[in-house]
Amino acid sequence: MPRKAKAFIAGAYEHPTRLATGKTLAQLHAEVAMGALRDAGLEKSDVDGYFCAGDAPGLGGLSMAEYLGLNLRHVDSTETGGSSYLVHVAHAVDAIAAGRCSVALITLAGRPRADGVSSLGARSYGASPDVGFEMPYGPTVVSLYAMAAMRHMHEYGTTPEQLAWVKVAASQHAQHNPLAMLRNTVSVRDVVESPVVADPLHRLDCCVVSDGGGALVVVSPEIARTLGDRCVKVLGQGQTIKHLNGGSFDLTQTGAVQSGRAAFSEAGLAPADIDYVSIYDSFTITVLITLEDLGFCEKGKGGQFVSDGNLISGVGKLPFNTDGGGLCNNHPGNRGGMTKVIEAVRQLRGEAHPAVQVPDCMLALAHGTGGTIGTRMGSATLILGGNNA
Amino acid sequence: MNSPERRYPDPVVDDESRPFWEGIEQGVFLLKRCRSCSRTHYYPRSICPHCGSDDTGWYRSAGQGCIYSYSVARREAVPYAIAYVTLDEGVTVMTNLVGFEFDRIRVGARVRLDFVRTEGGKRLAVFQPA
Repeated sequence: MPRKAKAFIAGAYEHPTRLATGKTLAQLHAEVAMGALRDAGLEKSDVDGYFCAGDAPGLGGLSMAEYLGLNLRHVDSTETGGSSYLVHVAHAVDAIAAGRCSVALITLAGRPRADGVSSLGARSYGASPDVGFEMPYGPTVVSLYAMAAMRHMHEYGTTPEQLAWVKVAASQHAQHNPLAMLRNTVSVRDVVESPVVADPLHRLDCCVVSDGGGALVVVSPEIARTLGDRCVKVLGQGQTIKHLNGGSFDLTQTGAVQSGRAAFSEAGLAPADIDYVSIYDSFTITVLITLEDLGFCEKGKGGQFVSDGNLISGVGKLPFNTDGGGLCNNHPGNRGGMTKVIEAVRQLRGEAHPAVQVPDCMLALAHGTGGTIGTRMGSATLILGGNNA
Repeated sequence: MNSPERRYPDPVVDDESRPFWEGIEQGVFLLKRCRSCSRTHYYPRSICPHCGSDDTGWYRSAGQGCIYSYSVARREAVPYAIAYVTLDEGVTVMTNLVGFEFDRIRVGARVRLDFVRTEGGKRLAVFQPA
């Protein structure tokens, strides 16, 4: 019997640009919004719920509702960094189930390349209370992820060569994506011989910096029935914030332990049921630790799991990020959660590139990470099913 | 070895953190312990992040610990070693390591408190080989 879902993803759209010179941030949000609505077969006037995060200009939903010309009865601007958009899907499902809206639009856009802002510089902290105790020590995003990698290597013997396999798999997929920023396949040797950015992470362990964006349209079961069989079921969700806990923490674990357990529990599924995963890949280490925390392999065995080639579509048992992911395709606005959901939707519709499409893909997991796993992070997991799942 | 040219930004001091930074100026690394649940926390807060009590008080760390993890920022103009150090009092703190050859830093190595000067002439806590 087909599984029931409280809501469906009816529209998904990824902006084709990787360098948005000449386009405003609001314009990019509007372009992805219209793209996702077209994909869903809906009109802008159908939207009654709008979701955006800190990448949106001005006061977020307030400013964008006017720019887009939306007539809303539900708005949500939850900000958990790059994981925000998976949280938005989860919140949209809940809002739809509660009758607060029936067509929820979620947008992301950014133009760090056009603005000349790399994600690799020292972090901007604003007035966050941790700032005084961290900023003087120069914590760059990559050095914070690097410390998680270093600890994982210390505790479990994970090697740079094993981490490199994550990038190798992403590059195998990206060669088929004409929009991907990095389309050349790379070897383990290419990765470990690329310059060290922050020990133990090399340049090719890091994701790209790109402009662009993406949007999703989440709808009620009643509306999904009118839209045909391209709608994707949201079967489970989980979210958490993991942080330094007053100075008592474990950098070899992420919030995926909690968010994954909650999502699998709601869906009534286990890791072995999943045909395809989209895993946030800001860095190779992000993927390796997340796979362990979600239960796809034993804790500490992620290195072995990825170096067995398991992430490569058509080769391994758990194809991941078949668009090339953040490591090779794009990382719009330095926020990779949105594109994780979009590629999972493509897989469940059977609309991924034929060279990387997972045969009979029925159940997928998308996972988002926000902030940094070396300090405080948002973690959000979605379990999605195809129309016949 | 860390280059002497590394420029450390001044700390951001607010009403909650002022006693900590006054301690640093006097060469003391202060920690906060909750009188209700007895747990030490870092960074210091007026409300205990473990139990929620506002009965928190300062005490002096012995300034000894071991490296929990580290990374060398190699692409910066002056490369430096960022680290988390687990103090013997039980909390793990973000810091920089000085006085090490970068390639000889090891997770688990014993370290002790040291101080450097920031751009604005303030003291900043770092750690050196024990």
